[in-house]
Amino acid sequence: MAIDTGPAASTPPEPPSDARPQDLVMRLWRGDASGGRFQDYRIAPQEGEVVLDVVHRIQATQAPDLAVRWNCKAGKCGSCSAEVNGHPVLMCMTRMSTLPLDEPITISPMRAFPIMRDLVTDVSYNFEVAKLIPAFRPRPRDPDGLYRMAQVDIDRGQEFHKCIECFLCQNVCHVIRDHEENKPRYAGPRFLVRLAELEMHPLDTLDRRDYIRRDMGIGYCNITKCCTEVCPEEIHITDNAIIPLKERLVDAHYDPIAWIGRKITRRPAPLPASEARRHTGAVHAQPGPGGPGPGNSDRPATRPGLADDTGSAAPEPGNGA
Amino acid sequence: MTDTERYDFDVVVIGAGGAGLRAAIEAREMGARTALVCKSLLGKAHTVMAEGGIAAALGNVWPEDNWEVHFRDTMRGGKMLNNWRMAQIHALESPDRVLELEEWGALFDRTSDGRILQRDFGGHRYARLAHVGDRTGLEMIRALQHRAVSIGIDVFMECKIVRLLQDGAGAVNGAVGFWRETGRFVTFGAKALVLATGGCGKAWKFTTNSWECTGDGMALALWAGADLIDMEAIQFHPTGMVWPPSARGLLVTEGVRGDGGVLENRDGERFMFNYISPFFAAETAATIEEADQWYSNKKDFRRPPELLPRDEVARAINSEVKEGRGSPHGGVFLDIASRRTPEEIRRLLPSMYHQFKELADIDITTTPMEVGPTCHYAMGGVRVEADTEATTVTGLYAAGECAGGMHGSNRLGGNSLSDLVVFGRRAGMAAAERALEIPGAPEVSEAQIADVTRSATSYFDNVGTEDAYAVHRALQETMQSLVGIIRVENELLEAKGKLAELEERASHCVVEGNISFNPGWHLALDLESMLAVSNCTTLSAIERRESRGGHTRDDYPGFRPEFENVNMVTRLVDNGYVVAQEPKPQMPGELARLFEEEVH
Repeated sequence: MAIDTGPAASTPPEPPSDARPQDLVMRLWRGDASGGRFQDYRIAPQEGEVVLDVVHRIQATQAPDLAVRWNCKAGKCGSCSAEVNGHPVLMCMTRMSTLPLDEPITISPMRAFPIMRDLVTDVSYNFEVAKLIPAFRPRPRDPDGLYRMAQVDIDRGQEFHKCIECFLCQNVCHVIRDHEENKPRYAGPRFLVRLAELEMHPLDTLDRRDYIRRDMGIGYCNITKCCTEVCPEEIHITDNAIIPLKERLVDAHYDPIAWIGRKITRRPAPLPASEARRHTGAVHAQPGPGGPGPGNSDRPATRPGLADDTGSAAPEPGNGA
Repeated sequence: MTDTERYDFDVVVIGAGGAGLRAAIEAREMGARTALVCKSLLGKAHTVMAEGGIAAALGNVWPEDNWEVHFRDTMRGGKMLNNWRMAQIHALESPDRVLELEEWGALFDRTSDGRILQRDFGGHRYARLAHVGDRTGLEMIRALQHRAVSIGIDVFMECKIVRLLQDGAGAVNGAVGFWRETGRFVTFGAKALVLATGGCGKAWKFTTNSWECTGDGMALALWAGADLIDMEAIQFHPTGMVWPPSARGLLVTEGVRGDGGVLENRDGERFMFNYISPFFAAETAATIEEADQWYSNKKDFRRPPELLPRDEVARAINSEVKEGRGSPHGGVFLDIASRRTPEEIRRLLPSMYHQFKELADIDITTTPMEVGPTCHYAMGGVRVEADTEATTVTGLYAAGECAGGMHGSNRLGGNSLSDLVVFGRRAGMAAAERALEIPGAPEVSEAQIADVTRSATSYFDNVGTEDAYAVHRALQETMQSLVGIIRVENELLEAKGKLAELEERASHCVVEGNISFNPGWHLALDLESMLAVSNCTTLSAIERRESRGGHTRDDYPGFRPEFENVNMVTRLVDNGYVVAQEPKPQMPGELARLFEEEVH
């Protein structure tokens, strides 16, 4: 039933005999890291489907090896991110009835990440960045063993915690979408949200501001708000996370009063480089050539640029120490 | 195919939901070299779907609450089939586990004086569920995920484990899996191994479960010679969406019925009036006229039959569908649109309204919903020792939904998230203790590895037309219609026969395409697990000739004393599934007394 349309198609296949004029044409990207092409699948529309339902029906009836990543099919896990007619969306939350069905519907993998196969991309960049985030460090508990926080002080943090890690914000961020070379120097919107969440956490005691400016590349963001527009959880990434973070950094680094304040109060100093690089556990996706090898637990998992660029702080072994 | 990648660890944890993450954190913090292997990306496990909260007797809202009350609620909810010691440990330790999540960054909703807020839930005597709006599972998995990453646990993502490896004495010493991306096999040597793979809902047609819930851990344990218990105890929700596909499996809260929604068959008949058993006749309205007055005058009129207990409603829906009076897609209609004004519906059921509008483009203020029984949770699972989560196979531990015992025959809402962290931690601890006592590296058998990889790739050599998607659909139809929410012996026996046919068909599945990220192949392997679990569920359901909790036998209604004190144990004997009744652990007197002093 599959019809090749890409330039690489050598022989034009016969149109399927049972194709009907009212069939949908789903134009799916098929291929792997070495290349690929869009391929058309004709399939009868069914009432009340989302894009992921149609992709699954194609998989079950025409293309059993069609690779697509998904888990919950309810907009809660953030696995099925893709570009539908060029729009970055969750396939499970995009109803077919919202698309123009009289023309082919194009589904391509997220562009900012390397292709694994078909609609599945290698998002390991995000898991590498996650390892570089200096962890939460809470103050001690109250004498009765509890923590107390006012709801109003955690509302913002709870907004950030809605993130389902679909990485659509990373996908549309022009700093990395069109500039692979920036990835080693830039955390991306998802992790700026994560850093903002830690910085604003009422119990946290660590000051990551210097690290965010120097190593997480927040300066690359010029607040075009593309990330905010695609967030399926409607987190105000730019306004509520990135801009306030930028303001805090300005306060920390260019405000002479704050500088004096840091000298004379007991506020913890910005995170030392060795602290920031302490987190060395490996998160493995399928290792490619030169990827993390066996015995990983003795090796630091760091990225060039974000890693040990000063040579001053040898990463401690994580596991196995 | 023997040329596999090889990693050696002290502890290998399979599954990275709440239980797996918590087990890995504990093992790592005890100093064990620990790997976490998961079928999806880190942070996508089914735990993220949990909404309601995590049950723990913190006593923040009701100071009267304590572990004994939580313990009693849990045992009662499970119809006393629970492993009493697990229920006790759970009730005792869940408050500490909740506070620990907070210490790792979780932001639970707060009380006015800044402590963790707790909400009411069915079966819990006091407001007990710590929560974050309706996304508590996501909050929990992120807190655990960040903790796991920050302490340097090695995570192997999108890696499916196919079989466990065992030494000459039967002790587990590793596992073989493959990277989903490339199909390349990978061997993990392990001195102890924790199963935390979650449930098995994907064997049913209508389920709230995500694609990963294929019973892998239960099947891995079974194949390694471990016992499963109480596999008949599957929790169904009577009203899950069956149509449209975009919303299939989504739960429709009982509140829809409480606020006026009625159940109708294809002929528009309000059929619940035909299913009022004598037991409930005195308190249930006998006519539509009477029922409809209840909504505005609850004092003088009796309740509509749509609000009968869960299993009564489920049995009625089941009968209508089986007798051919169901809706076009195998359910019945739940209609609130014709009963309330659009404004009232939006005000009374805001989240339901928005959920259906967004996911299914269904306007519940104008259109009836199509609903039916939906598979939600497996109470049964791998038999474990309560304090250590050790299975009946040396070196193998299990925690979370894939383990059995904690919830008896029925689980209370909120008790699953607490189960994950309480027993995840204990499993990780026990696994690490064992691993740290064993010197040297685990010696796995190359022959076993070769057998596993040869068998797993045999689908590529099959010839014919059998395909995994078709077998999976047939399995789901079988389990849904014959081993569903309401069971009866002849249907269970029919299911047993069909499962044997399906196992035969599954072994002949032909996989198209190559070995890299090939969902057809992955499904063929997941089917092996689903079929093993389905067989155990069916055998246990045949054997338990009574109705208890999540297991309802139309031919044996109500509890029967001869089944009160037995677990249904399933295991493999000479490659055949065998079921046996074995005595459940007996509660000591000082705890049994809690059930005598009624405090109503």
